[in-house]
Amino acid sequence: MFRTEEMDINMGPQHPSTHGVLRLKLTLEGEEVVDVRPVIGYLHRGVEKLSEHRTYPMIEPLTDRLDYVAAISENLGYCGAVEKLMGLHVPPRAQYIRVVLAELQRIASHLLWLGTHALDLGAMTVFFYTFREREMILDLFEAFCGARLTYNSMRIGGLYEDVPQGWTDRVRHFIGIFPSREKEYEDLLTVNRIWLGRTRGVGVLKPEDAVGLGVSGPTLRASGVDYDVRRAQPYSSYDQFEFDVPVGKNGDTYDRYIVRMEEMRQSCRIIRQALDRLPEGDVRAKVPKYIKPPAGEVYHVVESPRGEQGFYIVHKSGEMPYRMRFRAPSFVNLQALPVMCRGRLIADIVAVIGSIDIVLGDVDR
Amino acid sequence: MDRQALIQTLVIPAAQILAVVLVLPLVIAYLQLVERKVLGFMQVRLAPRRVGWHGLLQPIADAVKLLIKEDTVPEKSDRFLFTLAPVVTVIPALASLAVIPFAAEPFHVFGYEVNPFITDINVALLYLLAISSLGIYGVILGGWASNSKYSLLGALRSSAQMISYEVPLGFAIIGVMMLAGSASMVEIVNAQKAAGVWYVLPQILGFFCYFIAAVAETNRVPFDLPEAEAELVAGFHTEYSGMKFALFFLAEYTNMIVVSSIVTILFFGGWLRPFPNAAALAFLENGWLLFVPLVAGGFLGWLADQKLGGGLRLMFAGGIAGAALGFLIARSDVLGLAGLQVPAVSGVFWFSLKVSFFLFMYIWFRGTYPRYRYDQLMALGWKWLIPLSILNVIGTGLMILITG
Repeated sequence: MFRTEEMDINMGPQHPSTHGVLRLKLTLEGEEVVDVRPVIGYLHRGVEKLSEHRTYPMIEPLTDRLDYVAAISENLGYCGAVEKLMGLHVPPRAQYIRVVLAELQRIASHLLWLGTHALDLGAMTVFFYTFREREMILDLFEAFCGARLTYNSMRIGGLYEDVPQGWTDRVRHFIGIFPSREKEYEDLLTVNRIWLGRTRGVGVLKPEDAVGLGVSGPTLRASGVDYDVRRAQPYSSYDQFEFDVPVGKNGDTYDRYIVRMEEMRQSCRIIRQALDRLPEGDVRAKVPKYIKPPAGEVYHVVESPRGEQGFYIVHKSGEMPYRMRFRAPSFVNLQALPVMCRGRLIADIVAVIGSIDIVLGDVDR
Repeated sequence: MDRQALIQTLVIPAAQILAVVLVLPLVIAYLQLVERKVLGFMQVRLAPRRVGWHGLLQPIADAVKLLIKEDTVPEKSDRFLFTLAPVVTVIPALASLAVIPFAAEPFHVFGYEVNPFITDINVALLYLLAISSLGIYGVILGGWASNSKYSLLGALRSSAQMISYEVPLGFAIIGVMMLAGSASMVEIVNAQKAAGVWYVLPQILGFFCYFIAAVAETNRVPFDLPEAEAELVAGFHTEYSGMKFALFFLAEYTNMIVVSSIVTILFFGGWLRPFPNAAALAFLENGWLLFVPLVAGGFLGWLADQKLGGGLRLMFAGGIAGAALGFLIARSDVLGLAGLQVPAVSGVFWFSLKVSFFLFMYIWFRGTYPRYRYDQLMALGWKWLIPLSILNVIGTGLMILITG
């Protein structure tokens, strides 16, 4: 009687909830999603190729621009990779400060995720609340290195400088008040029926699919796979801290939300331990003025807020890498999007994109 | 017909209509400012404060901006329908105001009686239901004529939503009609006065059904799917700009005011004071004489607080002092202010206060809730609100049967 046909719709690259320049080609059957095809590359800058023509210290600012929401994790991973290649031992004080910075960065990144995720689902107040706290963290970073987004905060072999006077007290103050602030977000969301309806059972990612697709980070852990690089392959003295790795059960959007909320609490716990046991001493190892690592290859991973951030360096000779490759967690996690969205409603796409927390700078590099 | 009667039957209604149509955009402009301010304070930010003192001229600036903005029409749209749609949306919204009574007692202006409502017809509720259903045409036409997929999706959602929620909306007010025995707005309020209790108490279920359905009907948070900016960018009015967009906007806010007014009239006694028959509270009859000093005192105290930076202590002190002063004025005829006790003014005051409360609820929802998903919205409407509102009708019927 009636003829129905599928509708193709283009979502992005200019769209408020694709979190940057992600483009999705959607095939819809009414409101139901038949297929999702992500189209990427709108933010490609060729960082990997650029790195082949930069000396090692000059590459670090480039890593800031990969995952610009969590630049410190990128710095940490990159410096760690070069240090591994050179066989450098980073002084304990620098390692601890790096941990404090990385965990603050994790909180800041998760706050941005939470605010935008909630905004996508229509709860706009949470966004302003999370930005209030994120602002405090950015102020801390600014006090430490002078930058608020692209920090270039570390150096190969340690840090450029020790933390400024009174900085640790400011961090302590922040992690003191943060739990009460986190409760404010949870009051608005965690037990909200509409929020539960929008997130529970939405975008389920089965553990076998997650592992098969190479998904990592909170997205993987929400599916029930207990894997955290910080614990599996400890770096920067993460083995000296006590923390729990939250794991979800159902692998839906709600679990990804709960896992990230818990991660923020665990980050506070790690920061508190690091500050309590902060060793004295230098913050930078003896590093030659011109960094010329021995020939060889190295792969180093860190747990960035988005997942397993890997750095693969092939070095032949001189001051520049022969080949540089970044394993971008956002890029890999994005591959799970069609699996999670098929057969759901168009409104769920927005929820799922929000919950896998991609950063397009990281996807496209 | 003599001149007197001519003015009474022709000029005064025309003036009333003109007054409503002219004052309404201003009210809505400032409602928008209030919304931004309240939302701003809920969201730990300051809200507009550049144009005028604390942003008081912001609505004027916005209106001027919308008026002089380029009025674009998409190239492949249906030009006629595209232009027609906002008009079709805004007319029913304005027409609903014709039967909203703001008070009962007439004003006396130059010897003429001016009622605080445009007309009082005996099928006012049916008229409201009928006319508010027409607004959907504007949404569908606008979405379709834009020739944009996002707009079309938004329009389809919107039509499904508005039609679904008409049903519980209709059922929810039947209970009130049964209790009052009339569909005239004035009669319904008078029946509440006679009963001595606002209908929200015997009709608590009806009130909830009505208010939820009405929020959905006006497409506001948490039911703002048609314009879900995160998914559909703006829904049916994606392609609209300038004055055409402003008309959609005007219609949305007019509908909010109309819905709040209907809730006030049906369930909260319209222009009646709280406990309309309790003699001990008779001083509330002149509520505005109490309210104005209270707000003024509180505001002055707040200003002093801002200057001195001592928290909000002076604000409360000023409010209490103002309330005490207002109580004296309202209670007795001190200061020879008895002339201020005009029943119609008092009625309008109570009515506006209640309407403002429901408008505040709208803003409060917007600050608190995430958005429903399309299927959840439908489930809520069909599986919960409709059965509940039918249950309410049956329950009310039984109650009337038992109590006689």
